[in-house]
Amino acid sequence: MPAANASEAVSHASVTAPATTFQTTPAAANTADAPDTKAATYPPAPKLTASDYPTIKGVNSRVAVWLVAQLHLWFGAFVLAVPIFVFIIEAIGMATRDERYDNMAFEFMKVSIIAYSLTAILGGLLTFSLVLFYPDLFKYLATIFKGSMFAYALLFFAESAILYIYYYGWHWLQGGNKKWVHLTLGLLLNAVGCLLMFLANAWTTFMMSPAAVDAAGVFNGDTWAAIHNFLWNPINIHRFVANVAYGGSIIGAYAAFKFLSARSKEERAHYDWIGYNANFIAISALLPLPFAGYYLTAEMYAYSQQMGITLMGGVFAWIFIIQAVLIGALFLSANYYLWCGMGRSEGAYRYNPRIKYIAMVLVAAFLVWFTPHTLVLTNAELKSLGGPYHQYLGVLGLMPAKNTAVNFLIVFTFLSFMFYRRANKIATVSWVTTGNAIQIALFTVGLINITLLGVYYGYFTNNVYKVAASIPQVLTTLTILVVSTIIDTLMYKGAKEVAPLHWGRMPARSQYALFLLAVAFTWLMGLMGYVRSAIRQHWHVQGVFRDNSVDAFTPDLGYAANIVSIGTILFMVMVMFIFWLNAINSRRVAAKGYWKKPA
Amino acid sequence: MYNVLKVTGFSLLMIGGFSAYSNYGIPQIIPAPPPVEEKLELSAMTMDQFVAFGGRIYNGKGTCTLCHNSMGRAPMLDRIGSVASENLKNPNYRGTAKTVEEYLHESLVKPSAFVTAGFGKAGSNDTESPMPDVSGGGIGLFEAEIAAVIAYLQESSGSEVTVAIPALPAAGAGTSNAEEAAPLKTPEEVIAKYTCGVCHVFAGHDLENRPGTLGPNLARIGATRSREYLRQALLDPDAVIAKGYAAGMMPKTYGEQLKAQELEMLVNYMAKSK
Ligand code: HEC
Ligand code: HEC
Ligand code: HEM
Repeated sequence: MPAANASEAVSHASVTAPATTFQTTPAAANTADAPDTKAATYPPAPKLTASDYPTIKGVNSRVAVWLVAQLHLWFGAFVLAVPIFVFIIEAIGMATRDERYDNMAFEFMKVSIIAYSLTAILGGLLTFSLVLFYPDLFKYLATIFKGSMFAYALLFFAESAILYIYYYGWHWLQGGNKKWVHLTLGLLLNAVGCLLMFLANAWTTFMMSPAAVDAAGVFNGDTWAAIHNFLWNPINIHRFVANVAYGGSIIGAYAAFKFLSARSKEERAHYDWIGYNANFIAISALLPLPFAGYYLTAEMYAYSQQMGITLMGGVFAWIFIIQAVLIGALFLSANYYLWCGMGRSEGAYRYNPRIKYIAMVLVAAFLVWFTPHTLVLTNAELKSLGGPYHQYLGVLGLMPAKNTAVNFLIVFTFLSFMFYRRANKIATVSWVTTGNAIQIALFTVGLINITLLGVYYGYFTNNVYKVAASIPQVLTTLTILVVSTIIDTLMYKGAKEVAPLHWGRMPARSQYALFLLAVAFTWLMGLMGYVRSAIRQHWHVQGVFRDNSVDAFTPDLGYAANIVSIGTILFMVMVMFIFWLNAINSRRVAAKGYWKKPA
Repeated sequence: MYNVLKVTGFSLLMIGGFSAYSNYGIPQIIPAPPPVEEKLELSAMTMDQFVAFGGRIYNGKGTCTLCHNSMGRAPMLDRIGSVASENLKNPNYRGTAKTVEEYLHESLVKPSAFVTAGFGKAGSNDTESPMPDVSGGGIGLFEAEIAAVIAYLQESSGSEVTVAIPALPAAGAGTSNAEEAAPLKTPEEVIAKYTCGVCHVFAGHDLENRPGTLGPNLARIGATRSREYLRQALLDPDAVIAKGYAAGMMPKTYGEQLKAQELEMLVNYMAKSK
């Protein structure tokens, strides 16, 4: 088969011969090694058979690659996210000159620095297992991303260098100009980190929405076009936001763990405070996430209706039910944690009666979201399901109803947070009544508007773009969030504290809410990673490079869920290991009489 | 240590819960296996095998069941044999078929020849079919495959199978399928293939003097419209209707048929027509 040779021959020549040859047919590619063919060109995507995939007895290669990739992604997400909010916390510390923030930021870094080496190890393992089990795919992708692979390596070294200076120089670069240097390092660290992630995302999205290749997979030499493919930015955005939320939740679990095992009151107070902040970060990033998700979906539809339908209407429709359950769990546990947090002060009792209404709305919104779409299925799938499902719940299963529910979920979570913030304070400005009235009006009008929009789009339009039609709802929600934050900030400027805030006065069960958040988040990420891959069905690179391995079939949901569970457990074990390393790091044993006395 | 155990137990319980829910809480659908790339030996096939081959295409590559299922997107085809003979006598029938077999063939490649009442494209008053031409772009069945599908339709609706197994090998069937069909390389080719010129005038010497006046003149469209607008005009023509034209005229199937690259090529081409 000349393709392999050709690819070798051309990958050298290609450096000097850029995009001009991209219209050469695949047939010409195979003759590239003939001496008189001037045109250097790229090979088409190989057509493989099952025997082209190396196997190792007793190892399911797909599951192996799947788990390693997922573990790498989890750690990568965490490691990239932490510096983002550490940067912000450090800046807050500098602005307020409150050292607690600086210490907290450093403590976060301490957790993530060990995770960083695990990320790198897993990344190496991932490359290794790809080369081992999917050599042709790896080679094909590597040819296309040759230029960026080099950049990736350089960025990785830069990231490591900056990270270590940032971390080990923390206590050295303190005060005045030095602190500014340190902050700048943090910024640099984040810039490099994001670039790294974006480059990695290019591979993933290229496999979903290939660009710069023709239908036979012949690359036209334009690496940037391959990177900047149709779904690249939507995934970049969704992952960036999701990573921050995820990072927050893992730190939350760390704090919860420390809180539960704390021995002194001070320690408990400290970790309660950290847990609170971590939860705050997780929620703040959680709120915009559904929007990023719907944007991603809308873009998938725009790229290919077929892919959109496969995603939302076919076998995978059920995955969004599971997703809804998990996201519902995320929102509920985040809210629950906030409500528990009201126990930190006596001032909060005033708000307790209102909580149950918020809880009711949240559950209702959750149930609507949870209602399945009408499903589009192949005959065989219809048979295995025993008929299409939920035709009667039709409208509630539609996108507008779901969007409405999601917006409610977000607005009411925000409300929980506002109550929490206000709980211990009494505003002293003269316009409190007016301010409150405006806010109530804002929420009421906003929620009515969201409902009306949902009803309008749900019943009275027949457009195919119901996903994109939710924009006015989103804008309403954002308006509520922004305007009411502004009003609240002004209104509670210089507010009186009702009673002292007792950090550490939290029931133990509240800490389990933080664990739930972390575990559910991890599992959700794994699940969505499966969907992202699975909608390619039997393609390595959608429509261009077919998967002909024995594992080309799309695994069903139950099976996928079990793999995700195994992955989550592995991840949790590694995370516990990191926490434990952290704990022993601060332990000091004085082994009396062991060391010889200095002379 | 006690805490570690409790936390571990709690986490395992949750993970187990998620798994259990995904396994037992929702119906387990086994996704369709990847389409098999068939080695076609038509000459060696019995009629039964040929019909079965048609059935596989119907349920697989043809994507027919995406629309022809019990959810009302398209008529059920379980009685198509007798329905076809009735439709042939229907005054609204505008095709040229004489027999059921010809009718079915026409339904597959010129779906608008007869549109089942109530299933036409919105606004076309049942004159245009939303069903794609199965030999074109998105589905790309070959003649032999179409014949097999017809045989399958006849067999499964209980009528007599009249199709003869084609003597020719199915052109490339087995090794090649729609996604792997040679790509179109120029916007002109794309415009020609998808017959945009029937309705539009485009820029470029080859395309300028075409008769298309059913839709807006696109020769300078790039001067007034953004790329996003143009992309949407192709994917979802009814999202914004050009002034002075009716909705529902511009076909809505391009989103399914155009390959992503072809789409981008068209959008680029139009955006540059200033
Ligand atoms: C995008 C959705 C869609 C797909 C995919 C599709 N069809 Fe159709 N089909 C329709 C609709 C809608 C109608 C009814 C309108 C009409 O009569 O043209 C129809 C009509 C038909 C008819 C004529 C029915 C009659 O009573 O006259 C036949 C036969 C048919 N389809 C066969 C097929 C086969 C075979 C395939 C797969 C190769 C297929 N269709 C794929 C939507 C689709
Ligand atoms: C059956 C006739 C018909 C065919 C075929 C057709 N169009 Fe159209 N097109 C229309 C009509 C009518 C409109 C105006 C109504 C609307 O905006 O939907 C339109 C609108 C458009 C617009 C938006 C113009 C504007 O100013 O808003 C673009 C762009 C376009 N078509 C491109 C194409 C391309 C490219 C193709 C081929 C892939 C094509 N059309 C095929 C009839 C057609
Ligand atoms: C509150 C709402 C949402 C949350 C909490 C959420 C969370 C997540 C998380 C954590 C990831 C993994 C990110 C990563 O790999 O870095 C993810 C990925 C993904 N999400 Fe969402 N998401 C939400 C909404 C949505 C919606 C509404 C959709 C689509 C309907 C969606 C589609 C996807 C897809 C396809 C992926 C895979 C992308 C990838 O991992 O490469 N998400 N989501």
